Amino acid sequence: MKSGSRLERILKSGRFALTGELGPPRGADADAVRVKARHLCGMVDAVNITDNQTAVVRMSSLGACLIAMREGLEPVYQMVCRDRNRIAMQSDILGAAALGVRNILCLSGDHQCFGDHPNCKKVFDLDSMQLISMVKAMRDEARFQGGAEITAPPRMFIGAAANPFAEPHAFRVMRLAKKIAAGADVVQTQCVYNMERFRAWMAQARDMGLTEKAYILAGVTPLKSLGMARYMQKNVPGMDVPDELIKRLQGVEKKDQAKEGITICCEQIQQLREMKGLAGIHLMAIEWEHRVPEIVQKAGLLPRPEPEPEQP
Amino acid sequence: MIKATIKPLEEIRSMLAPFRRVLTVGCGGCVSLCLAGGMKEARELNIKLRALQEQGSESVFDDITVERQCEQQFLAALDARVEKYDALISLACGAGVQFLAERFPAKPVFPGVNTQFVGITRDIGWYEERCKTCGDCVLGLTAGICPVTMCSKSLFNGPCGGPQDGHCEVDPDTSCAWIAIYERLQRQGRLDSIAHVMPARQWQGQIPGRILHPRYRDRYVQEDT
Ligand code: SF4
Repeated sequence: MKSGSRLERILKSGRFALTGELGPPRGADADAVRVKARHLCGMVDAVNITDNQTAVVRMSSLGACLIAMREGLEPVYQMVCRDRNRIAMQSDILGAAALGVRNILCLSGDHQCFGDHPNCKKVFDLDSMQLISMVKAMRDEARFQGGAEITAPPRMFIGAAANPFAEPHAFRVMRLAKKIAAGADVVQTQCVYNMERFRAWMAQARDMGLTEKAYILAGVTPLKSLGMARYMQKNVPGMDVPDELIKRLQGVEKKDQAKEGITICCEQIQQLREMKGLAGIHLMAIEWEHRVPEIVQKAGLLPRPEPEPEQP
Repeated sequence: MIKATIKPLEEIRSMLAPFRRVLTVGCGGCVSLCLAGGMKEARELNIKLRALQEQGSESVFDDITVERQCEQQFLAALDARVEKYDALISLACGAGVQFLAERFPAKPVFPGVNTQFVGITRDIGWYEERCKTCGDCVLGLTAGICPVTMCSKSLFNGPCGGPQDGHCEVDPDTSCAWIAIYERLQRQGRLDSIAHVMPARQWQGQIPGRILHPRYRDRYVQEDT
């Protein structure tokens, strides 16, 4: 076992994994994290705790990871390259590992211009690929990026993100291969709405043997409304929302759109479960944590498996 | 070359407010080519400053332009002139301003331009940033397109998941550097140069006031003593 995390144990046992997402609050409000965490408890195998997503300042991922852990959730510590150099990153990784965090998700991060401090100094000392390599070397070689030895290496299950829908399309699987070569154990994708294109990307990944080397989790985000679907289609970079989905939401009354969104989401999960080589789902119910139990129930993903404890 | 833009007149005026006799020092180097700090701009600035003077003010705004403010020999031409001024305003890049201030440590020296970047001249007045002077050039691997300067997140292993129609996710008016790198390498049949993970950079130039070829310095210092 690389980390012994629950997520790793579930994936290793060959069971279909389900991870969730939790965005920390814009304040020092531990209860806000607890309330969200309780909705997710028992529903998912692990939860990504976002790191100042969209470059808007929030409670730190690590802080919220600990609160979530106390509520019985297994956190995935999200870390972006925008705000910290390699010294701060490595130190936070050691701190997280010492506190019992066993999963990390390595991301480049949204550019600061999207957030509420657009004129801050960006860091990007490393990019996501280099962050993955660094965590791997810390864990497997007990070596800091600078070369010195680590007395007690951090045991982390290393996560990465991939966008099968972004340009240049031909390069996307190559980039996935690079992330896996760098050390990603698990890769979660951008929200899948265009099944056809996702299927093609998965087939390429399988052909290159990548699904044997890392676990791939398909990103799924329920559409809460027609407005949200339109926004995702037009304004979110690298998102592919097909017109059929928009039409389908247009076809139902406004008050029923959320319900329809959940139905669509469950259908997507069904289709994804049948996809060869896919190891699980990453469910990103953005500010909709309280609807997760319903979705997971309807999608037939309950009960969540209880993995074997790690053999000492 | 280095590209600069002239500071807002109000800012310059407020820096100079306490001084009566001011010498504006233009620079004939990069800043003159990008029409920010050459002889013409030095004169224009003084015309504007004079026009803004209050009635009866006895302020003096003179100008002189040296070949380049980043070179000792050209600054020497100012030695005899600066004495009678209360303050100097330099229209050179940040390096020139500092060199001027170092030469005349008793005189207040103010910057008249904002130094912007190392860039190219696409056409007169149309300048684009190209280099962050990072000290460890990777252009050979990236098809002559700088990921440090041209990618919004300075990624070494791009493109990120965000480009849309060839544009950067950060700004639809900016093209995605990594799409361009990919396409040019593909055209040259060299995609393998980005097939491997580019390792973490060893950033250079973290110590201020670096010196190129310090052995020259040592030699000159020795000759002087
Ligand atoms: S879209 Fe392209 S230029 Fe913009 S941050 Fe991503 S890789 Fe860099």
